[in-house]
Amino acid sequence: MKTIEKDVLVIGGGSAGMAAAAEIRERNHSVAIVERDNILGGILNQCIHNGFGLHRFKEELTGPEYAERYAEIIEASDMEVFTGTTVTEIEKRDEGKTVYAYSARHGMLVFQVKAVVLAMGCRERNRGNIGTPGTRPAGVYTAGLAQRLVNMEGLMPGSKCVIVGSGDIGLIMARRMSWVGADVKAVVEIQPYPAGLTRNIVQCLNDFNIPLHLSHVVSKIHGKDRVEGIDITPLRDGIEVTEETFHIECDTLLLSVGLIPDNEIARKAGIDINRETNGPLVDSSLMTSVEGIFACGNVLHVHDLVDYVSEESHRCGAFVSDYLEHQSETKQFKMVSGSNLKYVIPNQFRADRDNHFYMRSLIVRNHAELVLTLDGKELGRKKLRHIQPSEMISFTLKEKDLDKAALDDNSTLEISLVG
Amino acid sequence: MTKELICISCPIGCHLEVTQKGDEITVRNNKCSRGEIYGKEELLAPKRVVTATCPVKSDLMLRIPVKTTEAIPVELINRLLEELYKREVSAPVRRGDIILENFMDSGIDVVSTKTLSG
Ligand SMILES: Cc1cc2nc3c(=O)[nH]c(=O)nc-3n(C[C@H](O)[C@H](O)[C@H](O)COP(=O)(O)OP(=O)(O)OC[C@H]3O[C@@H](n4cnc5c(N)ncnc54)[C@H](O)[C@@H]3O)c2cc1C
Ligand code: SF4
Repeated sequence: MKTIEKDVLVIGGGSAGMAAAAEIRERNHSVAIVERDNILGGILNQCIHNGFGLHRFKEELTGPEYAERYAEIIEASDMEVFTGTTVTEIEKRDEGKTVYAYSARHGMLVFQVKAVVLAMGCRERNRGNIGTPGTRPAGVYTAGLAQRLVNMEGLMPGSKCVIVGSGDIGLIMARRMSWVGADVKAVVEIQPYPAGLTRNIVQCLNDFNIPLHLSHVVSKIHGKDRVEGIDITPLRDGIEVTEETFHIECDTLLLSVGLIPDNEIARKAGIDINRETNGPLVDSSLMTSVEGIFACGNVLHVHDLVDYVSEESHRCGAFVSDYLEHQSETKQFKMVSGSNLKYVIPNQFRADRDNHFYMRSLIVRNHAELVLTLDGKELGRKKLRHIQPSEMISFTLKEKDLDKAALDDNSTLEISLVG
Repeated sequence: MTKELICISCPIGCHLEVTQKGDEITVRNNKCSRGEIYGKEELLAPKRVVTATCPVKSDLMLRIPVKTTEAIPVELINRLLEELYKREVSAPVRRGDIILENFMDSGIDVVSTKTLSG
């Protein structure tokens, strides 16, 4: 058993972990990264299509290229990176934390650190989470798993497929499956609008004449050992119109029905979980309910754009550095989400610096306004162009726009959306 | 002839109205000039950027990701993919290394999008 001492341990070497670690090292604290996979980069390694980095690098990159830009920063530093290594547990001590990990190469590893950054990413929702009736034959995959199989392992999940859910990962996989020679029969979406970006509808579905059935559900899966077909039923006013059910023959179903933060290690460490996001509850410095443990990226809340993951994680790295330098013991105030928003993150703010918030809409609109109120009094508004639940909204509250005189210990800031 | 197209040059996705009269093509409803270029090209000769993975011999990975350096004419895509999915690449490879040069005289190369040492 080997013991390693550092200021900080970052768990997960995806885009979140790499950005946070780079920032912490930049501030001259010692840091190590533990990554379960053989290479750094996380989910980006399987997202081989282009369209990443338009905000951050002002260029259109593929997922692996985006990841490698960060991996190069990490490799050029003197940071220790443990790939092929999995963290199993975090233990609180009076002073700092002990983190346990194991790998085939290093065996058991024990890290003694002052702070921990959770950057373990998310998992895909699967059939259990959505409850489709019918048998349980082989041939049902989550879209992300299929993406990994096709792009990284060169395996074909099947030859005739239907995609359930119209999120971007599902749409991207519709094109990929078509490109590798499969017959993609349809995309089925329960909502009346597509979850993914319009440009993905055009270049991933329309280019291949793949029909998109909006307001439809998979009502039955047929097949004993392997999927043989599915029944699709339209919805009208939220009710299944069973007499209009139709059948599609297929051997594969790809589920693209959403992502959830991977919060197992956080739960085990006794961290409070936010019921809306399934990630940890965090304060204005992205610190969880356990002192010295921070979170960023998809383990905190699911992001649709990697650019936002990097942005949030750089900030997280700066907050961790502030913490190590004892700069963060300032009064924090409450932040809540109001009408038409599913959640806002973080749930606290400070009055002595700018505060950055991320949130998700519950509604689809072409024009809307964000409204900010402090104890019921309007503080400001921001016009938004197109909003939908699958696209995260970001908002910065500038320090100068906050009326500090109006703040008392119980002050609450509320952000809401008017359509 | 008038066609409705959705511009894919950026995530906004403007709904373009593209009209062809003889040799003249006019694009409407585009929010910026890239929409005009896209509308014309899409009507005359649609192109797409193609990404894929090629098999690679390495302890770290089984396949290496690649992309075309520019959008290529859609009628070439299937032949290109067929070629790429079986083209064996050997390490070391650097990001940007050419995997396939000037595919079918299109002037477009396919490059690696990942670095793999040894
Ligand atoms: C299937 C899928 C497709 C996506 N496609 C796109 C896209 O096309 N465009 C886009 O902009 N965004 C896309 N995203 C969004 C993506 O969430 C972000 O782009 C971003 O890459 C997430 O970064 P992350 O570091 O938070 O998570 P990840 O990249 O998932 O990184 C988490 C890392 O932690 C490691 N890890 C987990 N648990 C442990 C442990 N116990 N010990 C050690 N290591 C551990 C994992 O191996 C992984 O490498 C996609 C997401 C998914 C899930
Ligand atoms: S026309 Fe311009 S703004 Fe509109 S989608 Fe195309 S690139 Fe974007």
